[in-house]
Amino acid sequence: MIVPLIVFFACAALAITGAIMLILAREPIHSALSLILVMIALAILYLLLGAEFIAAVQIIVYAGAVMVLFVFVIMLLNAGVEERTDYSKLAKYAGVPLGFFLLIEIARWMYGSSAGSAIASGAGAITGAVSTRDLSSALFRQYLFNFEATSLLILIAILGALVLARKNQ
Amino acid sequence: MGFISEHSVLVASLIKILVLLFVVMTALAYLTWFERKVVAHIQSRWGPYYVGAHGLLQPLADGLKFLFKEDLTPPTSDKLVYVLAPFLALSLSLTAIALIPFGPPNLLLFGQPIFVVSNIDIGLLFLFAITSMGVYGVALAGWSSNSKYPLLGGLRSSAQMISYEVSLTISVVGVLLLAGTLNFNGIIEGQRGYWLGFIPRWHFIPQIVGFLCYLTAAIAETNRIPFDLPEAETELVAGFHTEYSSFKFAMFFMAEYANMITVSCLATILFFGGWLSPFPETWHWQLYLPGAGLIALGIYCAYDTATRMHGLARLQLTVVTALALGIGALCLLPMVAPYVQGPFWFTAKILVFLFFYVWVRGTLPRFRYDQLMSFGWKLLLPVSLANLVVTAAVIAFVTRHA
Repeated sequence: MIVPLIVFFACAALAITGAIMLILAREPIHSALSLILVMIALAILYLLLGAEFIAAVQIIVYAGAVMVLFVFVIMLLNAGVEERTDYSKLAKYAGVPLGFFLLIEIARWMYGSSAGSAIASGAGAITGAVSTRDLSSALFRQYLFNFEATSLLILIAILGALVLARKNQ
Repeated sequence: MGFISEHSVLVASLIKILVLLFVVMTALAYLTWFERKVVAHIQSRWGPYYVGAHGLLQPLADGLKFLFKEDLTPPTSDKLVYVLAPFLALSLSLTAIALIPFGPPNLLLFGQPIFVVSNIDIGLLFLFAITSMGVYGVALAGWSSNSKYPLLGGLRSSAQMISYEVSLTISVVGVLLLAGTLNFNGIIEGQRGYWLGFIPRWHFIPQIVGFLCYLTAAIAETNRIPFDLPEAETELVAGFHTEYSSFKFAMFFMAEYANMITVSCLATILFFGGWLSPFPETWHWQLYLPGAGLIALGIYCAYDTATRMHGLARLQLTVVTALALGIGALCLLPMVAPYVQGPFWFTAKILVFLFFYVWVRGTLPRFRYDQLMSFGWKLLLPVSLANLVVTAAVIAFVTRHA
C-alpha cells in the first residue's frame, strides 16, 4: 500500500513542477518539454487509478502526437526567447487572489462532499484494471451518439484548418 | 527473506530486466558487426576483418573508441536539452524492448515466467506510447545543437515520423481485429494452428497488405535507408547528430539499432506468430532443431578454425566453436529442449527481419524529400486505411453468417 502512495506523491510533485516550469520557462522548447512532463506524470496517475487504456492513450495522443507537433512548429518557426513584459496589474491584483480562492474552494468542496470523502477513503478507487473491451463496448454502444458527434466535430475542425491554410496561399 | 517472498514479482522483474539489458546491449553491438559484414558482402568487400577472427571483436574496439574520444559540447548549445536528447532516445528505445515476450508465458522458473518481463493487458498500446515519444530524442538533438544542419535534420525527422506513424498504427489495426486483443501473448496464441495441416495460421497471410504497409512504415520510423533523410550525409553532413561526439553519439547509434530490434520483434509478433514454431506440433523432431542448428554452426566454426585461421584468431574462434558446441549440446538435453523452443524461433524470425533491413540498406538509394512525403500520405496511408476497412467488413460479414 505504501508503494502506490509514494508513486502518487512523486507524480503529483512532478506534474506541479512541470506546470510551474511551463509558465516560468522563457525558451518555448523548455515550456513544451515541461508540458510533456506534466502529461507523462498525469498518465502515471491514471495508471494508479487502474485506467491503463486512458494512460496509454494520454501518452500516445498528447505526448506522442500533439506535443510533437508543438515542438515541430517551434523548431520550424525557430521561435526565440520570450520577451518579458511587466505583469499586468489586473492579473496581479485580481488574478492571483482569485486563483487562490478557486483552489481553496475546490479543496473545501473535496473535504466536505461525499465524493471527496469517498476519494480520500479509497472507496472510489477501482481495484482491478478496466479492460479495453469493456471500455470500447461502452464507447460504441452506450455512448455511440456522443462518440460520432465528437468525430464529426474533429472532422469539421480538420476541414476548417485546411480551408484556412489554403486561403493564405 | 520476508521482503523477497512478498515482492517476488518485483525482484524477478528486476533480475529479468538486468539480464535483458545485458543481452540487448550485446545484441546491439553485434548487430553493427552483422550490418557491416552483410553490407560489405553485398558490395563485394570483406567488411571488418582485422580485429579478432572475422572482425568479431570490432564492436568491442568501437565501444572503447567511443568511450575515449573527446566529448565536445558546442558552446552555443542548450546544455540541458543537448545532454537530455541522447539519454531520451536510448532509454525510450530500450524500454520498448522490455514489453516484448520472447517465449511462452507458461514456462516458469521459481514460479515466475522466464521469457516475459511484463505481460500487460494492452501491451501493444504501451509499446506505441513509448515509441511515439522516440521522436523527441532526434528532434531535441537537432534543436539544442544550435546549428543549421542538425536543425534541418531534426525538422525532417519530426515531419517524417509524424507522417509514417499514422500508417504504421493503422496497418497494425487489421491484425488487432483478427486477434481481438491488445495483449502480445493473446495475439501470438491467436495464431496457433494450421491451414491444411501444415501452413501456419500466421496473420501475414490474411494481412499481407497490412504487413507490407507495416514493413515500409517501420523502416521509415527507424530512419533507415531509403528513408534516412534526417541524416542524409550528402545534404546535411550527419543530420541531427552532427554536433554529437563520443559516447553521446554512440547512444544515438545504439538507439537506432534498438529501434530496429523493437520493430522487428513487433513484426514477428503481429504477423509471424511470435515464438510459435512454423512446424506442426506433431513433428517431434523439431524439438532438437535449436541444438542441431548450434552444433552445425560449431562444426562450421571448427572447420574454419582448422583451415583458415592463424595465431590469435585461431584461439578466438576456438572459443566460439566450444561455446556453440557446448550450448548446442545443452539444448539437446530433453530437460532443456522445451525451454529453448520459443526463444529460438523468435530469434530466428527477428534475424530474418534484421537481415532484410540490412539488405534494403545495401540495395536501395535514398528517397527525395517530396517523394518521401507524397509516398507516405498519398500511397501508404490510403492503402493501409483500405486494408483496415476491407478487413473489418470481412470480419463483420463472417461473424454475421457464422
